Amino acid sequence: MDKEVYTQCFMCSIRCPIKVTVENGEVSFIEGNPHVSGMEGSLCPKGAAGKALVDDSQRVQGPMIRTGPRGSGQWRRASWEEALDYVAHRLKTITDQYGGKSVALTERAQLSTHVSKTFLRALGSPNYLSHDALCKGSMNTACRSLFGYTDGQIGMDYSNTRHLVLYGRNIFESIQVKPVRQIVEAMNRGAKLTYIDPRVTVTASKAHRYWMIRPGTDLALNYALMHVIFEERLFDANFLERWVTGLNELRSFVSSYTPEWAAEETGIPAEEIVRFARELGRDKPRVIFHMGYRGAHQVNEIHLRRSILLLNVLMGSVETPGGIFIKKGPGVAGGKPARKLTEQEGLPKPEAPRLDKVGTPEFPLPDPNHGAPQMLPRAVLNQEPYPVKALFAFRFDPLMSMPDTNETKQALEELDLVVSIDIQHSDIAWYSDVVLPESTYLERMDSPQQANSLKPQIFLRQQTLSPRYDTLPGPIILRELARRLGLEQYFPYSSMEELVRWQLEPTGFTLEDFRAKGFLAYTDKQHFWDRESGLAFKTPSGKIECVSSLLEDAGFSSFPPYESPESGESPERFRMVVGRCAQHTHVSTQNNPYLNELVPENTLWINQRAAGELGIKDGDLVRISSDQHSGSIRAKVTEFIHPECVFLLHGFGHESQLAERSFNKGVSDAALMKNVSDPVGGSPGLHETFVTVRPLP
Amino acid sequence: MSQYMLFHDQKNCIGCEACVVACKTRQKLPQGPLPTLVVAVGPRWTGDQPRTVFTFMPCFHCEVPWCVAACPTGAMQKRSGDGVVSVDPELCVGCKTCMAACPWGAPQWNPVTGKVVKCDLCKDRIDAGLKPTCATVCVTQCIHFGPPEEMSEIRRERYARTKAEGQFDPE
Repeated sequence: MDKEVYTQCFMCSIRCPIKVTVENGEVSFIEGNPHVSGMEGSLCPKGAAGKALVDDSQRVQGPMIRTGPRGSGQWRRASWEEALDYVAHRLKTITDQYGGKSVALTERAQLSTHVSKTFLRALGSPNYLSHDALCKGSMNTACRSLFGYTDGQIGMDYSNTRHLVLYGRNIFESIQVKPVRQIVEAMNRGAKLTYIDPRVTVTASKAHRYWMIRPGTDLALNYALMHVIFEERLFDANFLERWVTGLNELRSFVSSYTPEWAAEETGIPAEEIVRFARELGRDKPRVIFHMGYRGAHQVNEIHLRRSILLLNVLMGSVETPGGIFIKKGPGVAGGKPARKLTEQEGLPKPEAPRLDKVGTPEFPLPDPNHGAPQMLPRAVLNQEPYPVKALFAFRFDPLMSMPDTNETKQALEELDLVVSIDIQHSDIAWYSDVVLPESTYLERMDSPQQANSLKPQIFLRQQTLSPRYDTLPGPIILRELARRLGLEQYFPYSSMEELVRWQLEPTGFTLEDFRAKGFLAYTDKQHFWDRESGLAFKTPSGKIECVSSLLEDAGFSSFPPYESPESGESPERFRMVVGRCAQHTHVSTQNNPYLNELVPENTLWINQRAAGELGIKDGDLVRISSDQHSGSIRAKVTEFIHPECVFLLHGFGHESQLAERSFNKGVSDAALMKNVSDPVGGSPGLHETFVTVRPLP
Repeated sequence: MSQYMLFHDQKNCIGCEACVVACKTRQKLPQGPLPTLVVAVGPRWTGDQPRTVFTFMPCFHCEVPWCVAACPTGAMQKRSGDGVVSVDPELCVGCKTCMAACPWGAPQWNPVTGKVVKCDLCKDRIDAGLKPTCATVCVTQCIHFGPPEEMSEIRRERYARTKAEGQFDPE
């Protein structure tokens, strides 16, 4: 029987609305939800490969319990009953001895994150660690330092912008479907695109202005831009007067950062910097300095992110069409959001400090809702602040997603229990004690998504197919574990449908309301606040704080002096820069039959002059080494990358032999990286590692 | 008569290959055959800006398809009425003559079935009044589907608009 289901993609974390056509119990077609403005059929290659994921026999087909040493690949299949009993029993032993806080759960935040958080809180653990911090923790902190809102609460109105500025935000390869469509349409109507990156990406090749900046010097460029904006009074004076504090301090701070100084630092000519500032000044306030997608490059990341946001502030492009805006929730239209399990009365709030020390005086500012997962290995190894003995890795691979895989492996050795809840034979699954397979996004219903924006909406992932293998939805797996531990009172459901109905109660919507289109709108009109009287910033002053009370009260300077990033020193030493392509998501799609076919492994981009000096030719196999790891990889010799850095795609070099297509293909960037962090913002510095590159004999 | 055209508006293409994957999904293909392909050439410097050119390669559904003339079994067929060129798997013997005959390399080899597969313009979809999969899922909507006489207008109109805008703009 044919049917059409309106649901949400999950090949990456964007959750694009999709329409799936099912024939004879199989997916026959997936397209963007035609009812959603800006989707209307569009889908990225990963979304289009959803059927290949569901049909793949190389995904976890049922619960598995390890029988040999960790990482030996020796397993036995188990029933759900046995696997869940086993995990619950081991978990009970651990929490009896070390307390609930000895359990950590790492996760790529998702629709049912509230269930994971409830599970941990019920156990008595504060240790929820989300991928978000690795990706953009410092961006989150930067946004809070200026506006009092997190990055997730701030949106960008691409459709109406006149000029979009991207700092390494390679949006045409690291695709979000709706924004890409909006940007392309805006460009077709005359909007300008400026792209700044040490490497020529597809986005660079579509830009009106591309600058091959010296790696790690974007902050210098931004201070010089602010310098020119103040010098030439290119700012939005009315907006600054009404809504911004600390401008004198900012002006005086950037006074020594001239375009000539920045030209030396960045390699971008001074006159071009000045011309650019003037152009933006003319187009304001319909300009967007994109705050970034991944904000985890340098250990001073927070100041780069703050500088980008400050440029928006100076241009007055805040809460205005064509600029950045604060996302509005259902309340703006008199509606109510779906409730979450974490809102239940009586759910314990563990008082122990977090294992990553987020929220303590040692690491005060990162968002405790996400934590700082890169701190996990050292916390485990040093038993500091306390012993951590059990790890749940829920659709998140600490081995490939966090810097320094070897150190993470050492930490795994200290754990008494490692459990993966995963769809894939990921590397962490390979090194786990038990693998609890989750049903794919097409085989399960999920918690509703509150999509806050100028027009708040609510989306639902509806189940499209029956599970092909012996898998369960994550919230059912966690509920079943909780039940075995006597904690079922916090999980008032026995099916996803019951959970979703419970969640929807306050909204006034029913499950059935989602059948027709997969989403419901709270309003049909865009909600901007009034720029004269209605901007509700959540800072202590109620204004945008250039001198941030969040930072200063924690003992950090809002404007520390600029420090020039290190160069390579010797001809064979390079800063390692990483990124994405359109065909893969993080570390999770490299084994997908269709996506693997298009991009099966990563290569090492190296500047042709630098390569020439080392005797490396295009296509040569080269040795790439850091203090952490080394591997061999094919060189892509090109003039389209800055000579101080090399580049490789993230997410290759998989170790799990059960994922046969991606096993041992390419080199893992995470293994090469050193684990250092921005002590203020909370992100790891993923571009702080230097590697040596040598030809292989 | 060849009634349809897939027009690829290169200016808006980002080379993401969603079209390639969607096509394979619809045709339930194994790894190997790529009935549509996006070929990237570049980047190269154009003035001081880098440019990459993406070329979309489906089947062009020729008015006089050489693959049909070459096929010894009658498997390769041009549909009367709308001119869609497709291969009937029941009649295909895997001789690959069509692959040799096509100047564009459109017919693809399916190593699992030992037969040829190709872009059939999603004829079941177009018969149902829908666009082919590639044009449906395209992220930037740079693949247009319709009668050839309408397709040429897309570029003509944009050229005229851009030229006109230049005359309004003092810079």
